[in-house]
Amino acid sequence: MALLQISEPGLSAAPHQHRLAVGIDLGTTNSLVATVRNSISVVLNDDDGAALLPSVVRYAADGSVQVGLPAQTAQNTDPQNTILSVKRFMGRGLKDVGDVVDLPYRLVDAPGMLQLRTVAGVKSPVEVSAEILKILRDRAERSLGGALVGAVITVPAYFDDAQRQATKDAARLAGINVLRLINEPTAAAIAYGLDNASEGVYAVYDLGGGTFDISILRLSKGVFEVLATNGDSALGGDDFDQRIYCWVLEKSGLSQLSANDTRLLLTHARAAKEQLSEYVQTQITAVLSGGELVDFALTRDDFYVMTQNLLTRTLQPTRRALRDAKLSVDEVKGVVMVGGSTRMPQVQRAVAEFFKQTPLTNLDPDKVVALGAAIQANVLAGNRSEDDWLLLDVIPLSLGIETMGGLVEKIMPRNSTIPSARAQEFTTYKDGQTALSIHVVQGERELVSDCRSLAKFELRGIPPMVAGSARIRVTFQVDADGLLSVSARETNSGVEAAVAVRPAYGLHEDDITRMLQDGNQHARDDMLARALREQQTEARQLLEAVENALAQDGALLGETEIKQIRTCMDNLRSVVDVSDHSAIKHGIDVLNQATVGFAQKRMDQSVARALKGRKMSELEN
Amino acid sequence: MVLVFDENRLMLPISTDFQQDYFALFNLPLRFQIDSNALEQHYRALQTQVHPDKFSHLSQSEQRLSMQWATRVNEAYQTLHSPLARGRYLLSLHGVDTQEDTNTAMPLDFLMQQMELREVLEAARQNKDMAALDEMEAQVKQTVSELQQKLALELDEKQDYATASGLVRKLKFMEKVAEEIGAAFDELDS
Repeated sequence: MALLQISEPGLSAAPHQHRLAVGIDLGTTNSLVATVRNSISVVLNDDDGAALLPSVVRYAADGSVQVGLPAQTAQNTDPQNTILSVKRFMGRGLKDVGDVVDLPYRLVDAPGMLQLRTVAGVKSPVEVSAEILKILRDRAERSLGGALVGAVITVPAYFDDAQRQATKDAARLAGINVLRLINEPTAAAIAYGLDNASEGVYAVYDLGGGTFDISILRLSKGVFEVLATNGDSALGGDDFDQRIYCWVLEKSGLSQLSANDTRLLLTHARAAKEQLSEYVQTQITAVLSGGELVDFALTRDDFYVMTQNLLTRTLQPTRRALRDAKLSVDEVKGVVMVGGSTRMPQVQRAVAEFFKQTPLTNLDPDKVVALGAAIQANVLAGNRSEDDWLLLDVIPLSLGIETMGGLVEKIMPRNSTIPSARAQEFTTYKDGQTALSIHVVQGERELVSDCRSLAKFELRGIPPMVAGSARIRVTFQVDADGLLSVSARETNSGVEAAVAVRPAYGLHEDDITRMLQDGNQHARDDMLARALREQQTEARQLLEAVENALAQDGALLGETEIKQIRTCMDNLRSVVDVSDHSAIKHGIDVLNQATVGFAQKRMDQSVARALKGRKMSELEN
Repeated sequence: MVLVFDENRLMLPISTDFQQDYFALFNLPLRFQIDSNALEQHYRALQTQVHPDKFSHLSQSEQRLSMQWATRVNEAYQTLHSPLARGRYLLSLHGVDTQEDTNTAMPLDFLMQQMELREVLEAARQNKDMAALDEMEAQVKQTVSELQQKLALELDEKQDYATASGLVRKLKFMEKVAEEIGAAFDELDS
């Protein structure tokens, strides 16, 4: 597993200091938190010994909130205020959500993302998710005995930019510093790969409660390289429940059910689905609010028939991912099963038939994602493991901009390895055109109307020119979280035009502030204290990082440069324990600025070492 | 999505190493024919040094540099990994623009072949004929491989960049056809 024995360029944290970091699997049905303890990734349980936190949030009229099991218990009696599977709504508008009629919620249309009307007011899916994350954060901090440096949060690989941003916003609202968003199948691959020291091409088939992902990875000498990913961000175990629910409605001739009855039957449908993983037949018995008795026997065979096309819908993306990876089924060495829905025998059978091999199920499909995320969090927090490994992930969907006639010009194709930057030049359409409207979209289709709109902004102040002579360079940059930023510049005239940007979705700064203020005074004080603590932690980490860098590579600098950096460090040290948020921030900024040149020299040295510091023969081994 | 121009997006002064060409970056000779094994190994070795995951707990300056380097290493790898992009890039290093968007004067026999391919593709789509698509894919692969061999000859042996430029344009056409075949597979599969 040890990839490179190049001496570390001063990245190792001081060994005595273990930074508290966790991996969080924010799931459709259940959520988990895990951490690396004594070099082993473990899931953290709640006080009752339960690892899985049901992703259920219930709002009461007095503003109190229940999360997890107590909320789940109330789902049949208080369905409109008890939110299940909120992940399906993240970053989604009302029109994106299918089957809304069959969910017992009062959905409110809002720009960018739908909202839910509860007895405690209208809630954004981001707020609901934040409630779940808060519980997990508290669980982790109590269990680990200190404040978290940060967390890695997993998202379905096929989540688009809006869904990723919504997840990050939820974490922020819950007071969690996001070290990185990573893709669920990739997290699972880390847990599997590091466990089994595997080499070769693996497929990760991840069917969760509400999302489906397929990822094809190559594991080689400690590098996890995602070759292709595909999926369906609106397909999961919930759809299997829905099929049973619809079957019951059809058999009983019922229609127009109340919210309570809908939730009751959905609960029974889910129980029946789980039963059928164990038994060949199950009985669905429920008494509705009007006294009607529902009582049917459902066989495994019937269940298979009614869910056949859901399985087909997972195999189509699987074929596409393989094609994108330019690989055939025979080249796949192993198939890892992830997500509770892969417990269904028909899913295992379909996957086995497709890949012509028995899928791997030796790690708990409910826990493997959180375990992998914790391993990554441990590395990102600076607690290095002995095994050096690296994760190279991709973007799931192509990114482009709208051109004449409502067509999409793809700028960054799907499955580009991140971080990534691509630029493309465009020109003006009319003589004397001084502004250009830039519409950023995500998706594979040719028409803008069939893709997801991410943002619109205008480039103004282009000097008047003849049509076609302006050179507007649009640059897309996707960071290691898979999040996009876009810039545009007119290059011909040398004039840098101002760019005004309006995100088409996501939370604005005002929204976050409002949501934070909606909490009570105590929560707000708590938040301020937390912000100060985070700033102090950041300052100490920076000081430690620079101290380590100086110890290792101080020789790269002249005396004056070292003295300058030392002065900035002393300044920061003098304010770090004072409760002055802005002074600490200023100190951090100044020290960061002072170390730019040093950082560059260290980076050059690392790059040189990567290739020239080793003999070619060593690299080829 | 962060769509603002904050200071994090400003470029840092670029070191000399940053400006070296992609071949030099991966310690490879300036040739079309490359040792793909060495490319893979050097790519991984470099990413292991510069990837943002290795810098997330360090100073902002180092994080920013790491992001720029990792982006550049990915870009370099993508360019050298794809024969078409590699050929185009090599020509650009020799000061030759392949004019793929502007120069559409292709030899007649090649254009005939293109039209034929598209007719076969359309027919396969209409008839939902997966077998025909498979056959076509194999044929395109064969043509692409032949073009690549010719390109290697022109670039590495003859240094005939004008001819090489024409071959790159042909490869671009074939890549487009391959993309359309992929889209047709997706269409028939849904």
